[in-house]
Amino acid sequence: MRILLFANRTTKEIVRDPMSIFFGLGFPLVLMFLLSAINKSIPVDLFDIGQLTPGIAVFGLSFMGLFAAQVISKDRGNSFLTRLFTTPMTSQDFIIGYSFPLVVMAIAQGIVCYITAIFLGLSISTSMIIAISLLILPGLIFVSLGLICGSLLSEKAATGLCGALLTNLAAWLSGIWFDLDLVGGVFKDIAYLLPFVHAVDMGRAALNGQYSDIFPHIWWVFSYAIILSLLAIVIFRKKMKAD
Amino acid sequence: MTTAIAIDSLTKKYGTKTVVDNISFSIQEGELFGLLGVNGAGKTTLIKMLSCLIKPTYGDATLLGKSIAQYPEQVRKVIAVSPQETAIAPNLTVRENLELMAGVQGLHKADAKTKADEMIAQFSLQPYEYQRSKTLSGGWQRKLSIAMALISEPRILFLDEPTLGLDILGRRELWVLIEKLKEKTTIILTTHYLEEAEALSDCICIMKNGQIKAIGSAKELIETSTTTSFEDAFVYFVMEGDVQ
Repeated sequence: MRILLFANRTTKEIVRDPMSIFFGLGFPLVLMFLLSAINKSIPVDLFDIGQLTPGIAVFGLSFMGLFAAQVISKDRGNSFLTRLFTTPMTSQDFIIGYSFPLVVMAIAQGIVCYITAIFLGLSISTSMIIAISLLILPGLIFVSLGLICGSLLSEKAATGLCGALLTNLAAWLSGIWFDLDLVGGVFKDIAYLLPFVHAVDMGRAALNGQYSDIFPHIWWVFSYAIILSLLAIVIFRKKMKAD
Repeated sequence: MTTAIAIDSLTKKYGTKTVVDNISFSIQEGELFGLLGVNGAGKTTLIKMLSCLIKPTYGDATLLGKSIAQYPEQVRKVIAVSPQETAIAPNLTVRENLELMAGVQGLHKADAKTKADEMIAQFSLQPYEYQRSKTLSGGWQRKLSIAMALISEPRILFLDEPTLGLDILGRRELWVLIEKLKEKTTIILTTHYLEEAEALSDCICIMKNGQIKAIGSAKELIETSTTTSFEDAFVYFVMEGDVQ
């Protein structure tokens, strides 16, 4: 009951902010339209709708991290969270109440991305459902990173870090905009140590029906999702006691 | 009279710094207890310990017989806190904020709605009921914040600087409300407005450097300090030993 109430509140707090709607939904779609248009004029394999859609879907999720960081740091900043800490709400209520709506939004955002992609020429297939389902894992990664930043940093620092750094990391190190092989070397090695490119490769493999190619990427993404989720829970609980 | 809060040797240390230093006193049920002191006296830390936000380093306190150290979850069911900051959900409407607080305190949907109606009427929030709280003026946000603390009908209420930022009419309006609450709620009030503490409190505790400097009614504190006004009495207790 408390979880649902709090989750409902988190949802309202995010969706009632017009900037959230623009960045969370509008911006990835604008990119998709733009890159598809470029691809029509100058064909690039990377911007083919079958390659582009899983990438844009993962990139769009980076904004979920921003929303999570924003809502938690705001709640800490104006003492709303302090007030709630004096009620019978448990750490479980808070963590699920914050993260569940964002994971749902991540899936909804993925669905919108794929529906848009259909209008841009992507063929309808059952593998789309698998690709969308797999977005839960990177969704958890971004939401957990947002939870961690929001729990530890001020609103300005948390939104700065998640809004600028995280979205840029997700953009540059995911192989969405350019082939990582073109850069190669340390850059590529670092990219493959992080989960973003694995999330994109996993999505591309799923969408193209090449399910065996989901591996080993899924293990990377899964491991990051579990570790970051646990870390977010530990940090939030610790901060709950410290605040 | 029943004891609502019994504090026993409560101490809070951060490293080598003692913020609340071995304090003991009790507050009776239905009493309005004023907690005064200059900045850094330890008032907020004391309130944070009593409302189970932070754990004491030593000592304990019982709220309606429940220990803050052993049963914080039981304590949280009987208290409410109105923090110094407005502490509202900015993108929720006034009504949504009230219903959310009622819900997290365990009230069912229908009861939460009824209680929200009551609070809206009591605090004259009707014109702003469906307005997002971030668009309210500072004074109305403060009123909403206090209404959110009261919606669960707590048996013990912590009011941390409740009239900060309110104009004189708003403050007087709130005083009347606080007076009414005294009938069924034990209130711990921190304020920097001495006239507010004097007008409302049954008992006043003056803190300095984490210790209690004086405790008693406003009249008793004036008499003990051999001064003529409460303000002079306050200055006497917080300056004692500091001036030659």
